[in-house]
Amino acid sequence: MAKLIELKGISKSFDGEKVLNSINLYIRDGEFVTLLGPSGCGKTTMLRIIGGFEVADEGQLCFDGVEISDVPAYKRQVNTVFQKYALFPHLNVYENIAFPLRIKKVAEEQIKTKVTEMLKMVALSGFENKSVSTLSGGQQQRVAIARALISHPKVLLLDEPLGALDLKLRKDMQNELKTIQQAIGITFVYVTHDQEEALSMSDTVVVISDGEIQQIGTPTDIYNEPTNAFVADFIGESNIIDGVMLEDRRVRMAGHTFDCVDGGFDKNELVDVVVRPEDIDVVSPEKGMLTGIVTAVTFKGVHYEIIVDIKGFKWMIQSTDYVAPEENIGIYIEPDAIHVMKKSKYSGMFGDYSTFSDEIEQLSDVDSAEEF
Amino acid sequence: MKYASRIYLCLIFGILYIPIVTLILFSFNATNSTAEFTGFSLQWYIELFRSEETWHALRNTLLLAVLSSLLATVIGTAAAEGIYKMKNKLLKSAINAVTNIPMMNPDIVTGMSMMLFFAAVMGIFKIADYNTIGFPAMLIAHTTFCLPYVILSVLPRINELGNSLSEAALDLGCTPFQAFFKVKLPNIMPGVLSGLVMAFTLSLDDFVISYFVGPTNFQTLPLLIYSMTKKKVTPDMYALSTIIIVTVFLLLIISNLRSSKEERSQRRKRKGGGAK
Repeated sequence: MAKLIELKGISKSFDGEKVLNSINLYIRDGEFVTLLGPSGCGKTTMLRIIGGFEVADEGQLCFDGVEISDVPAYKRQVNTVFQKYALFPHLNVYENIAFPLRIKKVAEEQIKTKVTEMLKMVALSGFENKSVSTLSGGQQQRVAIARALISHPKVLLLDEPLGALDLKLRKDMQNELKTIQQAIGITFVYVTHDQEEALSMSDTVVVISDGEIQQIGTPTDIYNEPTNAFVADFIGESNIIDGVMLEDRRVRMAGHTFDCVDGGFDKNELVDVVVRPEDIDVVSPEKGMLTGIVTAVTFKGVHYEIIVDIKGFKWMIQSTDYVAPEENIGIYIEPDAIHVMKKSKYSGMFGDYSTFSDEIEQLSDVDSAEEF
Repeated sequence: MKYASRIYLCLIFGILYIPIVTLILFSFNATNSTAEFTGFSLQWYIELFRSEETWHALRNTLLLAVLSSLLATVIGTAAAEGIYKMKNKLLKSAINAVTNIPMMNPDIVTGMSMMLFFAAVMGIFKIADYNTIGFPAMLIAHTTFCLPYVILSVLPRINELGNSLSEAALDLGCTPFQAFFKVKLPNIMPGVLSGLVMAFTLSLDDFVISYFVGPTNFQTLPLLIYSMTKKKVTPDMYALSTIIIVTVFLLLIISNLRSSKEERSQRRKRKGGGAK
């Protein structure tokens, strides 16, 4: 697949604050790419630069091999689905979707067939004459998608398009978006801070933090082989432990030497070791590689979330078996469940569950709900 | 307590409206007595419209009000959009302050400064007769003093609308020009229209500035009324004032109906938004 969009050394500052720092990225034709990161990481700015609403301070933006940094938004073959939809309130559903064609002065008959086709695709047939303000959030979203797709752009940019929808609707729309993307086969660049959304929809995930790309890869790569503590923590739950790489495939952490599948580090190099909570088996203390005291157990429906204190470091374990608080347990970790990462500026900032409690999780849920 | 507040309310409206009602009543008086109402008649209206002078003044007033309010609306809307797009915050608030000052400035000061300005223009271009530039001068003066009111009515709309719709329009292939006319303008139209109505009524009933700037060959209704009162106050002036009051009143009702209708539809929208 050919490179359709290419960002070469893109940097951008707002009021002296660096939002994007020398971004290099290419997006292939027909790909579903997700820009994933916490709010304020620069992902929306990246999208706005591709869409033509912001101009990068430095670097080049190429489209199909041609530099388009100076091409205004209305001449780019890129359309956007905005975070708050930005439907035109003075036009009805039909006219909103027909808008791009009217600008291009397409014949009335053609407009009619195309709009009807689009309405069918987004399952809104019969809504032609409705005012957009009477539609529900999900319906407005679909009008916005139809409007953005009707003039056959080469790329569709989506800026947290599902952020304002409730959970159930969000899941439905995720599937619908993926289906639409596969049906029409154009490139989608999708911005979100929801890691689950990113993993379930994308061909490629680009993890961004502090204006820099942390990792580019397929969803499985990003989850199984995170490059640093930030990615490991941001994508799913992880225990991140300081370790020493004794030799290839031998890592020592928490006072025990583990077999692992990673190599290519210096002898005795200090590393971050990631162990996913669901990859840890609870065993009896005498059989365990490590032992510890259970400090908290929370029932989560599918599994129990168990916090275990092992030599002062709080580990999170997800297990379908119940263990009682204060119980002494052993844990067992398979070699391929251990992932070793080089030390980075994010080392030591994430992956310890000692301050973790349900109360804090709820508080942070409230915060993220307010962002929408 | 409830009783007292009712009396208070009646008192306020009485003070505000009794003089106006009296004027309207006496414009229908059968005689020219200002003390007693002797019977209903339309004679003063007939007399009023028999006079060539009144017709001229009416035509002049309407012409001036229509042209100056349209001009002020076009310039004011463009200015509001320009102020909105300003990136330099300091300059933006400075421009905002500068547009607001003429509204608080007493009319008499504005009128005198306009008069001085046009006198200077005559001097520079060696124009002997003020009547030759009289109408353009009036048009410029009226447009100028209406301008801040238009900006004041349009700018909040533009601020409220934000950038997202314009960006969406650009994204979908509009040039910046098309984006303004096809998307932004329809959505700020209520503000533009209320600016237009305000400018029209302001121009219609302006006396002070017209008194200083107006040439002898271009008399407006307020100027005519003033010149008539210098001779002798006759009931045909009541008739004229009544017509002006009714016109302004009608315009006010129309613009209020518009805004209340819009408010209702917005409330509906908000309700719809809450349900999703």
